[in-house]
Amino acid sequence: MASNLPGSVRQFGVAIRALLVFTVALGIIYPLVMTGAAQALFHGNANGSIVKVNGKDVASDLIGQTYGKQWFQTRPSAVDYNAMGSAASQYGPNSPELVKLIDQRRQEVAELNGVDPSQVPPDAVTASGSGLDPDISPAYAAIQVDRVARERGLSVAEVQKLVKENTKGRTLGFLGEPRVNVVTLNNALAAL
Amino acid sequence: MSDTAAGLLQVGLLVALLAAAYRPFGGYMARVYSSGKDLRIERGAYKLFGVDPKADQTWAVYARSLIAFSAISVVLLYLLQRLQHYLPLSLGLPSVPSGLAWNTAASFVSNTNWQSYSPEQTMGHLVQFAGLAVQNFLSAAVGIVVAIAVIRGFARSKTDRLGNFWVDLTRTTLRILLPIAVVGTLVLVAMGVVQNFSGGHEVTSVVGQTQTIPGGPVASQEIIKELGTNGGGYYNANSGHPFENPNPLSNLFEIFLLLVIPVALTRTFGLMIKDKRQGYAILGVMGTIWAAFTFAATFFETQGAGTATQAAGAAMEGKETRFGEWASALFASSTTGTSTGAVNSAHDSFTPLGGGTALFHMMLGEVSPGGTGTGLYGMLVLAVLTVFVAGLMVGRTPEYLKKKITAREMKLVSLYILTTPTLVLAGASIAMGLAVARASIFNTDSPHGFSEVLYAFTSAGNNNGSAFGGISANIPFYNTALGLVMLLGRFVPMVLVLALAGSFAQQQPVPITQGTLPTHKALFVTMLIGVVLIVTGLTYFPALTLGPLAEGL
Repeated sequence: MASNLPGSVRQFGVAIRALLVFTVALGIIYPLVMTGAAQALFHGNANGSIVKVNGKDVASDLIGQTYGKQWFQTRPSAVDYNAMGSAASQYGPNSPELVKLIDQRRQEVAELNGVDPSQVPPDAVTASGSGLDPDISPAYAAIQVDRVARERGLSVAEVQKLVKENTKGRTLGFLGEPRVNVVTLNNALAAL
Repeated sequence: MSDTAAGLLQVGLLVALLAAAYRPFGGYMARVYSSGKDLRIERGAYKLFGVDPKADQTWAVYARSLIAFSAISVVLLYLLQRLQHYLPLSLGLPSVPSGLAWNTAASFVSNTNWQSYSPEQTMGHLVQFAGLAVQNFLSAAVGIVVAIAVIRGFARSKTDRLGNFWVDLTRTTLRILLPIAVVGTLVLVAMGVVQNFSGGHEVTSVVGQTQTIPGGPVASQEIIKELGTNGGGYYNANSGHPFENPNPLSNLFEIFLLLVIPVALTRTFGLMIKDKRQGYAILGVMGTIWAAFTFAATFFETQGAGTATQAAGAAMEGKETRFGEWASALFASSTTGTSTGAVNSAHDSFTPLGGGTALFHMMLGEVSPGGTGTGLYGMLVLAVLTVFVAGLMVGRTPEYLKKKITAREMKLVSLYILTTPTLVLAGASIAMGLAVARASIFNTDSPHGFSEVLYAFTSAGNNNGSAFGGISANIPFYNTALGLVMLLGRFVPMVLVLALAGSFAQQQPVPITQGTLPTHKALFVTMLIGVVLIVTGLTYFPALTLGPLAEGL
């Protein structure tokens, strides 16, 4: 092994120099150039798709928030929509705590919206993967329309129109799932 | 359109995109490694490194270069984290504690990207883009160059030279990974992924609540995180975070990225050994297994077993509305089959057998289609084993791609195959024997708790990096043990497979006779699938019965 030693030492010297060169290229130049290009080409997206209502930054239209009973509700969140700490609940599929939470949420959602507990869809009683999901299913939006219209003194038709405007189908007709963006929907309500 | 029809079209589009990329991209990679010409920028780099690009290395020198480079990488990444509080763009975050910094350095250099920390609260921008993202490129490249050296072992004869590590590493980075990353970053930003250096942007919602919107150069890291089968999220929620994966189209793009190199490398392999049919056979095995696991994961998630799942009415706990069950299951099977470990949903909350499918998929050794490079050489090792088993059955000296499989080769193959299961099962057993390690389990009420520990060691040993995220892994035991398992699970097999390649390269090709087992036909493909499932299945079956099977059946 002694005869290998100088070779091994030399390899370490090469390794250090190579790593430094790659760190400058991939760790400094690359992210700086990409950030410059992204900022120039897609300014809004690159900065978090921030949306304004009445001239003020109110949200990112990709990040969910919590709302009171005059508004459409987002899904339950393991982090209460703290955008600086995304997380899922990590409850297992047979977790008794999760069963309890789901039963409780089902009662609350049914009561708030004046519907039968069996009408409450799965996304209304489960926490998302990020804890920041801005979307709900069209079914969950549908059971909230009457309440929001009543609370805000709007007609059901007006609210339904806004829901429709903030609903997306599957991308290209088959990718992902249909969904309603609660953030943009509530912003539209606020802007009325 | 029904859910099933839409879901099948989604899988179909993914397969079509991979098929379209297969020939041009596989051919391009073959040319990158066969070309005798260096680009001017590469010549400049070799001068800075102090290497002669024309000097081919033996397998041992190739391995030593690789180990030296990876060891230095661990040291630098460790130091960057420890010194974070002195560095700019660190968002006021403190120095990363030593145990965690060790674990993370081992994790990113071994292409695992296991994260026992929450990035938003631990890693500032600088450590992420100048440290973690750099290893996302380089660890991916290291995996690929080993596969290329192994291919040369089969392609060459009567030589002890396998190529030059530094040349292969530089070409992989500059000619393959970086160009795709540059274009892909902009594609991701166009879809909504963020790319900035903001420390957080405060907004006040329409109900008057304040919320801080996080920033970061996310797209430039997300692209290489997927393309290099790394998987370490810029944010804790990984590809479930709306800023990493904003919509169903970005989701499909990311799944495509994590599959494209491992898939196309089978073409590169076929071209470089001058027998494309061998590449198709290997791809056939990989694709069949991936398809089966994708089907299983989707089936179990849409069936929705589990008391909590049934109370909710669907397996939506831990899943994003925009992805739902199909796009989450497709991501899960692809990320666990490629050693990526990125997740767009919480695997811990998957149905018992859906989560079990993800766990078992990693246990196959990450060969369907596996990580960048690691998937190909992992499958080639299993192909050698298959030829050997077949040879035993008919009493002939086994050979694969005109190379004889002798006692020396079989010793290396056996050691290779034993390494990872030993690390995984010994690690999980020790953890279950320690009260301090058991205390980290989150779902303590069922066999699911054991699954969390088994998943952690399986993920580390196979360099995947995904988790049953409930486990509190940021304690000294897991940081130390998983760090060791990740490095050993990465570099021991690499050295063994390079030794195997060195051994093959020295042989003279044996002529194909009537007694040679054709290794490009359906019979061999079937046998190889059988070997993959039986060898790994039997190794892990007892452990699986204690976890997901006990919970799900």
